[in-house]
Amino acid sequence: MIWDWQYAFEILPRLLKVAHVTITATLGAFVVAMILGLVLAFARRSTNRLLSGVTYFVVEFIRSTPPFVQLFFLFFVMPQFGITMGALMTGILGLGIHYSTFLSEVYRAGIDSVDKGQWEAATALNFTSRQKWVHIILPQAIRPIIPVMGNYLITLFKETPMLLGITVVEMLSQAQIIGSQSFRYTEPITMVGIFFLILSYGASLLVKRIELRMDINRR
Amino acid sequence: MILIEVHLEILKNLLPGAVPTIQLTILGAMLAFVLSFMGGLGRLSRFAVVRGLAGFIVEFFRGTSLLVQLFWLFYVLPFMGIRLESGMVGLLALGLNYGAYGSEVVRSAVLSVPKGQHEAGIALNMTAFQRMRYIIIPQAFRTMIPSFGNLLIELLKGTALVSLVTIPEMTFEALVMRTSDAAHTLEIFTWLLLIYFAIAYPLTMLMRWVERRYSLGRL
Repeated sequence: MIWDWQYAFEILPRLLKVAHVTITATLGAFVVAMILGLVLAFARRSTNRLLSGVTYFVVEFIRSTPPFVQLFFLFFVMPQFGITMGALMTGILGLGIHYSTFLSEVYRAGIDSVDKGQWEAATALNFTSRQKWVHIILPQAIRPIIPVMGNYLITLFKETPMLLGITVVEMLSQAQIIGSQSFRYTEPITMVGIFFLILSYGASLLVKRIELRMDINRR
Repeated sequence: MILIEVHLEILKNLLPGAVPTIQLTILGAMLAFVLSFMGGLGRLSRFAVVRGLAGFIVEFFRGTSLLVQLFWLFYVLPFMGIRLESGMVGLLALGLNYGAYGSEVVRSAVLSVPKGQHEAGIALNMTAFQRMRYIIIPQAFRTMIPSFGNLLIELLKGTALVSLVTIPEMTFEALVMRTSDAAHTLEIFTWLLLIYFAIAYPLTMLMRWVERRYSLGRL
């Protein structure tokens, strides 16, 4: 028998016990990515040529090199400069930085999609720069990009297993540990796969619904 | 002071690892490309069974994380009596995972071709195959190129993960080197990131060139 139900139920609690690590890593990294992404988007738009150019290069570099290697870089190199943080924190920071480069492009697309008249209207009404961004531009820029951001959240979620490379015990890592103890890998790894499938597929249906709904509201 | 020998030593160890990385990228991309068309066109099939099956397979490989699939092929398949070489495991996981993503690209590109083109094909008494081959795909392909370019970079980044199933590619070499020479961690991982970028950047340029070539003489 390849699949042992009794064993599967036995190890299920152990797997679910670390589900919160996977979820924390996902949400934490996404918050980092959202904030840093906005900073990068602004830096890229800056009228200062140097700042904008450097940001462009940094974004291109980070997004075309493996996040897995970036995690190792942070994990091994930061302590050499006297910065120590837990593996999970490093993971959140690393994945957050990687995805911030993608989100910065998404923000940029959102900002560029705001009609020119809105900018002019804000200027005509004598809004300060801060008021213009907070009350006019960003609310209109962020709305259409919500589904895209949802998709990145799902992608990020599916990237979290790589944190096992830097010793974070998340679900896949736990499955590997359970497997190595009993030498039965089939059940734990398959169950982790199903866990990811259920959550990411469910979330993708949700994103699709949001997308449809926003379209209806628009027109 | 920068010791040139240290850097040369690092490069001497890392660069041979770039060969499997590039091999995995190219072969993985070829496999993913073929699977993209099979999955994408399968989902648009006239036959409900084919549509359903293709949809299920695509959602399955998109929804369960790449690393989980990699581990599954590596740890679970041997229990079922299927023993694959680790390089094969890596190639298969990359091809299946990115093939699933690619099939969504193919599907949406085919759907983006205006309906009138289909109808014109029917009016000209073309068979379904002829319509696809001579009318739809050539137009859809142009839309696919930028997304395929992004996926190619994602695939390259994904190859770093296969180091976890003991494939001696670049990241694996770096990790091995670090265990014996922890003092130069910063240099090792900086070079590693730079080499990845040196592979990714020409790929990006190449895909942009292909994109330009295919849009020659079109609006």
